[in-house]
Amino acid sequence: MSDTVDTRTGGFLTGLSDTLWRRPKLLVFLLILPPALWLGIIYLGSLFALLAQSFFSIDEFTGIIQYEFTLKTYGELLRPSNFDIIIRTVVMSAAVTVGAAVIGFPVAYYAARYARGKWKAIFYLGVMMPLWSSYLVKVYSWKLILAKEGILNWLFETLHLGWLLNAYLSIPVIGGNSLSVSTTGTFLVFLYVWLPFMILPIQASLERVPHSMLEASGDLGAHPAQTFRHVLFPLALPGVIAGSIFTFSLTLGDYIIPQIVGTSRRFIGQAVYAYQGTAGNIPLAAAFAVVPILLMAVYLWMAKRQGAFDAL
Amino acid sequence: MHSDRAPLGLKIAAAFGLAFMHLPILLIFVYAFTTEDKSYQWPPPGFTLKWFAVTWERTDVWEAMQLSLKVASISTIIALVLGTLCAAAVSRTRFFGREVISLLVILPIALPGIITGISLRSAFNLADIPFSFWTIVLGHATFCVVVVYNNAVARFRRVSGSLVEASMDLGANSFQTFRYVILPNISTALLAGGMLAFALSFDEVIVTTFTAGQQQTLPIWMLEELVRPRERPVTNVVAMVVVLVTFLPILGAYYLTRGTDTVAGQGK
Repeated sequence: MSDTVDTRTGGFLTGLSDTLWRRPKLLVFLLILPPALWLGIIYLGSLFALLAQSFFSIDEFTGIIQYEFTLKTYGELLRPSNFDIIIRTVVMSAAVTVGAAVIGFPVAYYAARYARGKWKAIFYLGVMMPLWSSYLVKVYSWKLILAKEGILNWLFETLHLGWLLNAYLSIPVIGGNSLSVSTTGTFLVFLYVWLPFMILPIQASLERVPHSMLEASGDLGAHPAQTFRHVLFPLALPGVIAGSIFTFSLTLGDYIIPQIVGTSRRFIGQAVYAYQGTAGNIPLAAAFAVVPILLMAVYLWMAKRQGAFDAL
Repeated sequence: MHSDRAPLGLKIAAAFGLAFMHLPILLIFVYAFTTEDKSYQWPPPGFTLKWFAVTWERTDVWEAMQLSLKVASISTIIALVLGTLCAAAVSRTRFFGREVISLLVILPIALPGIITGISLRSAFNLADIPFSFWTIVLGHATFCVVVVYNNAVARFRRVSGSLVEASMDLGANSFQTFRYVILPNISTALLAGGMLAFALSFDEVIVTTFTAGQQQTLPIWMLEELVRPRERPVTNVVAMVVVLVTFLPILGAYYLTRGTDTVAGQGK
């Protein structure tokens, strides 16, 4: 009897609908098929193609890729010049992450704990707007700020602190000719561009900290600093780690910021770009690209153990 | 009560953080009007509207803008379909591989953009696919799915199952239920996800540099100008326009998802 078609509501559709209703697994399968195919073929397929290439090598004389399994390309990563790039990128990513946590925490804390009504909306949009506004425009605005004739230099000169800036720029490694060609400049732009990615997860985890816990800590005689250290910060830590996943990962892979603001010393992203492009050394580019993937895999594994995924 | 008032230090630190995030963008607006055309001189020696007219005449800017809008529209449509399907499947049942699917959706933006970019590029090379408008769309749609998915999955979870059952009891088939019950309930979330996906695609540069051939989207055009500046004031104006163009979808998405508590059947 189940096969009788109800003609009032259109036969075929109703029949199909009934079939799907009786077989929920078929429905889920049909729902998931298009996105799974798209992501599976286009994305995972490409990812594996890339991974596979990292096990090939390039003939140094002819420049032709040899399609034979080898770990030689990975060995090249350990060359001092290449290894320096990896270290430099990891140190920068760590510095950006710490910087973002330090600047982002107060914003997140204020938004989660004290902001109400209109101010809550202002804080929310205040973080969302920079998060979503154009990446290149943000980088460009810092090019304007850090330029030699730009606003920051002008500010230092106007305050008669030009000597201070010059003294800072004369420090090796972090300094340079001007801020826009220094490692400090690169750091500032990274910090600026990824900061919202840190604030949102911290805010989410702080929203879940009950007021009563902080009050209880105060009632038991803890100084605000002690409450922060022993109660608030440990409870917010999953949020900080969740945020650090973004800031760390995004810095690891970016190649545009260090290209536009910074010194000529390369980062991983730039190396990948250069090796796949002009150098035509796809295997080495692929091997370089595997570094952030591996680092992120380890990082994610540790973050998961800290419970950071619940705070995402 | 004392604990309801923020300590002064915190207020200052929070204000500093917000100012740090916003002042640089505001600076772009000032620079769009400066009369200085060679350097990034501050303070601007004077103000003019001239560069808006110059930018208006530039065909390369218009072409890049059109391409960006076209890519973003089509990528958004693909992402809307794929993201909604994925969210519907993940939210309604627990099936084998569910975790894998949700990871798969997030992966294209969780991994650095350069990885997505170079993977796609080497795959296109291996498969002998020439770079075109469609290779850009392919890349963009892939990472836009997650934005739609995130918005949709949150809303699907709030739509009560009893609504669907009631609709079925009243004789509607699955398609009618979807059209008249589910869709109205998730529509604002889809619209918000779509707007954010659009903004994301409109702004994407890293993946695009790898998947575009000769085509120039607006961000690629800007990158080109940043690396090899030709007419700086034009870049200033374009930057300001880009800020304004992405500003609206974000505000729109915010207003659309703000009232999520009012989804029908939520109390059940």
